[in-house]
Amino acid sequence: MPLTPVLTSRWDQPQSWRLSTYERLDGYAGLRKALSMTPDELVTVVKDSGLRGRGGAGFPTGLKWSFIPQPKPGETPTGPAAMPKYLVVNADEGEPGTCKDLPLMMADPHSLIEGVVIAAYAIRCHLAVIYVRGEAVHAHRRLVAAVQEAYDAGYLGRDVLGSGYGLELIVHAGAGAYICGEETALLDSLEGKRGQPRLKPPFPAVAGLYGAPTVINNVETLASVPFVVRGGADWFKELGPEKSPGPKIYSLSGRVVRPGQYEAPMGTTMRELLELAGGVRPGHELKFWTPGGSSTPYLTAEHLDVPLDFDSVAAAGSMLGTTALMVFDETDSIVEATLRFTEFYAHESCGKCTPCREGTYWLVQILERLVEGRGTAADLDLLTDTCDNILGRSFCALGDGATSCIASSLQYFRDDYVALLPPEEQGRLGRSLRLEPVGAAS
Amino acid sequence: MSALPGSAEGTAVTGLDSSPVDASPETLAELPPLTEQARAEAREIIARYPEPRSALLPMLHLVQSYQGYVSPDGVALCAEELGITKAEVGAVATFYTMYKRRPTGRHLVSVCTNTLCSVLGGRRIFDAVAADLGVHHDETAPDGSITLEHAECLAACDYAPVVTVDYEFYDQQDVGSARALVAALRRGEKPAPTRGAPLSDFRGISRQLAGFSQYGDAAATAAAVDTEGAIGPTLAGVRLAAERGESAPFLPAADRPPAGGAGEPRETVRPHGRSGDTPGKEAADARVRAADTPAEKAGAAGSHPDAPEPSRRSLADKDDGTDTPAGTGPGTSGQGPAASPPQQNRKG
Repeated sequence: MPLTPVLTSRWDQPQSWRLSTYERLDGYAGLRKALSMTPDELVTVVKDSGLRGRGGAGFPTGLKWSFIPQPKPGETPTGPAAMPKYLVVNADEGEPGTCKDLPLMMADPHSLIEGVVIAAYAIRCHLAVIYVRGEAVHAHRRLVAAVQEAYDAGYLGRDVLGSGYGLELIVHAGAGAYICGEETALLDSLEGKRGQPRLKPPFPAVAGLYGAPTVINNVETLASVPFVVRGGADWFKELGPEKSPGPKIYSLSGRVVRPGQYEAPMGTTMRELLELAGGVRPGHELKFWTPGGSSTPYLTAEHLDVPLDFDSVAAAGSMLGTTALMVFDETDSIVEATLRFTEFYAHESCGKCTPCREGTYWLVQILERLVEGRGTAADLDLLTDTCDNILGRSFCALGDGATSCIASSLQYFRDDYVALLPPEEQGRLGRSLRLEPVGAAS
Repeated sequence: MSALPGSAEGTAVTGLDSSPVDASPETLAELPPLTEQARAEAREIIARYPEPRSALLPMLHLVQSYQGYVSPDGVALCAEELGITKAEVGAVATFYTMYKRRPTGRHLVSVCTNTLCSVLGGRRIFDAVAADLGVHHDETAPDGSITLEHAECLAACDYAPVVTVDYEFYDQQDVGSARALVAALRRGEKPAPTRGAPLSDFRGISRQLAGFSQYGDAAATAAAVDTEGAIGPTLAGVRLAAERGESAPFLPAADRPPAGGAGEPRETVRPHGRSGDTPGKEAADARVRAADTPAEKAGAAGSHPDAPEPSRRSLADKDDGTDTPAGTGPGTSGQGPAASPPQQNRKG
């Protein structure tokens, strides 16, 4: 599978973040074309392209846009259709392993802005907000400058390119809370509250920011939109499998020779990506990896040929997530890695739902004693039980994500856990294992 | 109990943790005042948003830009300007990691100790720097030069292990380079970040996060934006593609002429500042006007949606039903908690 730079195609240009560079390289051509179309035509093109959200969930982007209630011709709109619409960009990149949106905003912020204007026009909204992770000051700085340039050049403002369509764009900095990458927590945060998730439904498409219909899209998703509009749905579908088409930024990190961002068609395999990144560091071999960040179940060397698209990775028992490929080799302890991820979730749990707030705390305690050689044979089952009491029992997916690394590490590397148990506990485990088939008559 | 050496218990910011901000007489005696200018700037922030309370996060960054942490006065100012209680402000301020409850040193040094950085040496870096400074997580060196913290993933895993100073990146660090960095900071030097703008300080960067320029003039602002960095990992794929002569399928520049009206970019009067350096009061008005301007109605040769656009939301509509089928909703987006993982480990 060849490399196919689309989103990353301008990144190596001098001052790629400046409007002059962007315009020289066909920047805002997608917007000009979009403004010659109707909003409904745009939604159709994006639907037809098969573009799926790049923020982790893979929801079809055009379909999401079409959920926004619009007034019907000839009728006086009521309810959500009569309210203002909002577009909110989720630029709160913070999932461990994920590092694609920050480089995108640093290297090519105008591609995001162009995508924002097109999307806003398509959903008939006049105020968009880019919610940038607070710690990402470098991306924030370039984005603020780019938005200023876009206003000055007429790509934003009361009359975009003389079309009569008006759009205001606010760059809003967060303040350090992973949970705000969850879309409803992000909305609460943007409303000046603690970033805690809302119960859905109602979905943001009906009751989002300020209770009004809102589309929330990821940075990479929106940056893909100008290309979809320029090239058309068929062009976009030339890359990748039919159900997850398009180019994708794969972020390789960890024990590889050349970590970094590699843009290739959806469905590229880990084997191919590892080769691009120079392979696992010399003298070592791959032990485990994440396909899409810490919330996606680990995969192993057995999974090197799984096409990395939404459906294939799900079929392999994990999730594509944000294509954040963290690579670990045989020198890395999977139990320690799992402990560290779990500490992250315990720290970032917003505290709203008891299973997640308490459960992540207890998971850390259990993993700590395992890593320190103080674990018991019963702890392995206790980990699984605790995960069962978190998974699917909280408002949002943070708690679910916290269980991924534990469940999958137990699935593939149970022996690594057992090896950490004191010898007498290992003995007990042996007995219980022998007993299990007898008691498993049910 | 934390596995990180020196991490004080209770540093997690959750709903259980309601410790107040530092209000000791010694701290308050040394605190720079929140000036009338600060109040004016707070109002400028409020004017950027359709709903005033959306300004709270930037306002708290603003408070930190004056005082180095969220002070009792800062909490009071936000409460007064937004018409909410101090408890409501405190609830927000204590939720977010970037809002500090004790005065911060001149610089904030954050060492990523999340899994990937840890595996590559982040934990060792944190331990070494903490020993040099004689502090633990979220503590400030006695000379006031540096506040140290261990950070969760800084979204720079391809540059691991990373350290940030005032959130500017120092990539691919090791124990030696990080110790040298911290020593230089204590001497009052400002080593250049490997990516990002020249270093300022914690208060300066807080000003940027509040939506204001931290620089005196436009040239300095532009220079900060245009600072190049060592961005090898960012460009790894695109450079390899060039080397191999690989590219995406040909993409036409634009195959359809713009409709009448959507012509060349032209100079327009910018309705209001986005970098925050112009009065923002105009913004709210502009937004209200934006929906109903004659230009909009006449514009775009009929292709423009003329959706009636009330200027304010109605809370009464908040609980309206949804036409989104339950269970197939748009789910989540972004890098936060994403979709639910496969429930493979669920017991029957």
